[in-house]
Parts: sequence; C-alpha cells; structure tokens
Amino acid sequence: MPELRDLYQEVILEHSKAPRNYKALESADHKAEGYNPLCGDRFTVYLEMDGDKIREIGFQGAGCAISKASASMMTQSVKGKTKEEAEKIFHRFHELVTGHSHEDTAELGKLAVFSGVSEFPVRVKCATLAWHTLEAALEGKQEKVSTE
Amino acid sequence: MTAAAAVPIRERVAETSFDVERIRRDFPILQTKVHGHPLVYLDNAATSQKPQSVIDAQVRYYEGENANIHRGVHYLSELATAEFEKARATVRAFVNAARSSEIVFTRGTTESLNLVAQTYGRANLGPGDEVLITAMEHHSNIVPWQMLCEEKGAKLRVAPINDEGELLFADYEKLIGPKTRVVAVGHVSNALGTINPLKDMIAVAHAKGAVVVVDGAQAVPHLKVDVQALDADFYAFSGHKMYGPTGIGVLYGKQALLEAMPPWQGGGDMISSVTFEKTTYNKVPHKFEAGTPDMAGVAGLKAAIEYMNGIGIEKIAAHEHDLLEYATEVIGAIEGVRLIGTAREKAGVLSFVLDEVHPHDIGTILDQQGIAVRTGHHCAQPVMERFGIPATVRASFAAYNTKAEVDALARGIRKVSEVFA
Repeated sequence: MPELRDLYQEVILEHSKAPRNYKALESADHKAEGYNPLCGDRFTVYLEMDGDKIREIGFQGAGCAISKASASMMTQSVKGKTKEEAEKIFHRFHELVTGHSHEDTAELGKLAVFSGVSEFPVRVKCATLAWHTLEAALEGKQEKVSTE
Repeated sequence: MTAAAAVPIRERVAETSFDVERIRRDFPILQTKVHGHPLVYLDNAATSQKPQSVIDAQVRYYEGENANIHRGVHYLSELATAEFEKARATVRAFVNAARSSEIVFTRGTTESLNLVAQTYGRANLGPGDEVLITAMEHHSNIVPWQMLCEEKGAKLRVAPINDEGELLFADYEKLIGPKTRVVAVGHVSNALGTINPLKDMIAVAHAKGAVVVVDGAQAVPHLKVDVQALDADFYAFSGHKMYGPTGIGVLYGKQALLEAMPPWQGGGDMISSVTFEKTTYNKVPHKFEAGTPDMAGVAGLKAAIEYMNGIGIEKIAAHEHDLLEYATEVIGAIEGVRLIGTAREKAGVLSFVLDEVHPHDIGTILDQQGIAVRTGHHCAQPVMERFGIPATVRASFAAYNTKAEVDALARGIRKVSEVFA
C-alpha cells in the first residue's frame, strides 16, 4: 500500500508552502503557460536565456502541493543549465515519477524526493505540469500547454 | 453554526424509520475495501452506485429478452418491445408526464440537452435572439447553447448568483426579454447543491414567451419531480445518477413541442417511410430515437425507478436532507474549512475548500482512507470563478450514505490538516 508520507515528503510540503523563484521575470525572453484541466492547475514559467543557457527562471500560478513544489524545485535544478541539460533532467524526472527509472537517481539530486509520485499514477500530471511548461518555454511555443 | 445546534440534527437522523443498513446491503460495491479501509462513497453527484436489482435487470434482459425492438414479428422482438415501452411508461409516471410519448430515451442528460439545442433551438433561434442560462450551470447546460448561439448569431445571457450560491431572482427575471427564446436552467446545482425555485422561474419565463429547458440530472435522484406541476417544457436527466445504468437518459418534452420539432439524428426507428426522394418521419417519441437504443440500459433504468419507488423518494429525500444538515454542521465546524454553496434550499451536495490545501491533495489523502469524493471544478468552471477558487472538494450523498461516513470524512479532513500542518 502506498504511504502518504512517500508522496507528501517534508521537502515537498516545504516547497509548496514557500516556493522558490516564485516571481514573474520582467526580463523574460521566453515564457509559457501550462494548464491541467483536470484539477485547474495553472502555471506560467518565465525564462531569461543567455544563448543556450537558462540564466534566470521564475514561475507563478496556482496548483496543488505536488505541482507547486515540483515547479519550485524545477526552477532550482535547471537554473544555469543549458537547454539540452534541462531537457535531460526532465527526461530523468519523468522516468522517476512514472516508475520507469532504471538508473541511479543520484543525478536528479533533490528531485529524487518525487519518487513517491510513481505510487500515485493520477498525480503524475501534477508533478510534470511545470516541466512540460518549461519545455514549451524553451521551445518558444506560444500556445498554452495542456496536460490533457 | 453553533455546537448546540448539532444535537437536534443527530436526533432527527436517528428518528427516521429509514433502514439505511438494509439499503446498503442492496449495493454489492459498498462491500469494497479501498487501501484496507471500507469504501466511503461520497461521489454520488458524479455517479451513484447500483443496487443488485438494477444489475440483475440488465443481466435478465440479455439472458431472456434480447432482440431488436419495434421491428421483428417474432416472440423475442415482441417481448423486448413490450418491455421497452413498459419502461417508458414507468419513466412517465416517475416524473408525472401526461403521456408516455413525451418520454424520449437518450444517452444521458448531456445528449438530451444537445438534442433540444440542435432541434428546437436550431428551428426557433435567429440572429439577435437570446438564450438565458444561470451562473451555476454545468458545462453540459452551457456549451450546447454557446454552440447554438454561435451558429445562429444569437446571444447567450447569464443570470447571476449571490455569495450563498442562490439565483438572484429579480436579475433573472429582468434578463428575460422579448428576444429570449430559450431559458436553460439547472434544477439542482451539481457544484453547489442549490435547489432553484424552478416553478417560479418557469412561470416568469412563460409569462414572457420563452421556452424552458431544465437540466434535472442532480434533481431526480434527490427530489420528487413533477414536470406537469413545474410546467417544464423540456426536462433532461440521466439514469446513472439515480441508481440506474450509465449510457441511458431521458428527455421529457411537451407533446406539442416535440411534434413541431425537426428530428435530430437520422436512421432506423425514427422514420415511417423512406424513399430516395423523401423520408417521412415517425411519430414522437420515436422520431428522436434513431438507431437501436440501449435496451438493457432501459431495463436497468426501469429497475432503478422501481427501486427508488420501493423505498419512497420522499424518504430518500428526508434521509439525505438530514445527512446534509449533519455534514454541514460537522464538516463546517472543522478549522480552516470554508463551505462553498450555502443556499437555504440544498440537495445532496457539500462543497468546500480547506485553508491553503489544494482540493487535489485533499482528494488523494481522503482516498488513502477509502473515502471517495470529487475534487476539481465539477464541470462548472464559471461557478469556481464566481467564488474565486480553482476547485473544491465535493462530498455528495445518496440513500445508502450514513452519519458514520460523514464522521469518517471529518476524520479524513483532520488527517489532511495533520499532513499539511
């Protein structure tokens, strides 16, 4: 039986209550909005790129604890990374939360706290919403990203 | 509410002659264990569970009656046709329609509403005409009218609600003008539980010459509905929210309106003669029942109505009313809970939010304790917007729910507060 504490780890709860980089970047040159119609979660991710590198990142929006903490920790993990590196982290993260992680999760660092999500399949969309939004912002897509 | 007020409510629950434990035994699914806990099913506004008699009626249909209706001369076809039309008569009596021919079988409330929009609506709306809905409608009673208005160059208008989730009647009345062709309203709000003053709403709409279409999906499971007393022009509902099967629903329409309406889907059963030059349509209600219908579903719907009649709809309503009052008291008293939808007249639904905790997180934590509630916008995004919230937690009740289950929900919510403390 999946345990609630596996999902709602202290780090996750803490980030959901006090999200990092929770701001709209006025200097943003990339921006995307993500929406989960199932639960109404809605986030905007702002990027300030330095060539291929994410110099600054911010997000704003409303959502559940999982989606908010995920967005917060995502901003910390991809700041200073290149587009390619960020996409690689997302790939690993996606494997982790869907329970398809075969490799050592060490390279995910703090993001490994989201491993409990794989026991709660309906919450995978919550954990990945900000990441999909980041991906769209990096691609420079203008349309709204939806998890549906 | 004060703590003192809780006492008489508890007594009232105990006083009813209603044997909820006997009713619970009729529903096999209620024996389910979820994550090691007994299932506490409080998502009845989404779909209710089915008693054994409804499940059996569908099996019996396939085991002993299955044949296509209205066409064969053989024994089984005649039997299936007779059973199908008997079910129509049962539905007629259930909502007190004047004639069985006013009962059209559909896939559900959504299809019933779309049928009216696409037939009556398309035939009677033109540019500049208006359709009036309310701010508490389910998406099913918004989108079909939006689509129609877009097609016809008509205007969709929305009657506002107050902070309790009640219709502002004077504003509603004022919004019905000479161009209002259709008023489309929910009898009971799925997100808030508000019971609308439907009879008065229909009377003022009729006084101004508008036709009234009612979304009754959340009303028929909880109240005695009399379409003639209400003077509703159209009344739509689903089988699956009233202990019946999924995939079967009803559109009641006044005979004269149904007869004047063009058909919707073309196909078998809805015709009386077809040549390549011209088709003559069948009489109502068959004109609106193209194709082979869900005959097993109809058998199940009939069994569901018989089940409700067997208990007594008034008794079900009284039990649920007591349960809702008890839940309002107990859940409303939990620190951090804010009830959404506090109308004086309510049925079946308790919507709430909890401090800063998102309803989705609450739903997951309740599920871990075996408690099924709905979390989200309940297909009523404009309602959420009206209250300035993204979503709510919704507990919704049926005849088989108990006070002990409300207590389990209260414990569950306290557990949420612990996790998020």
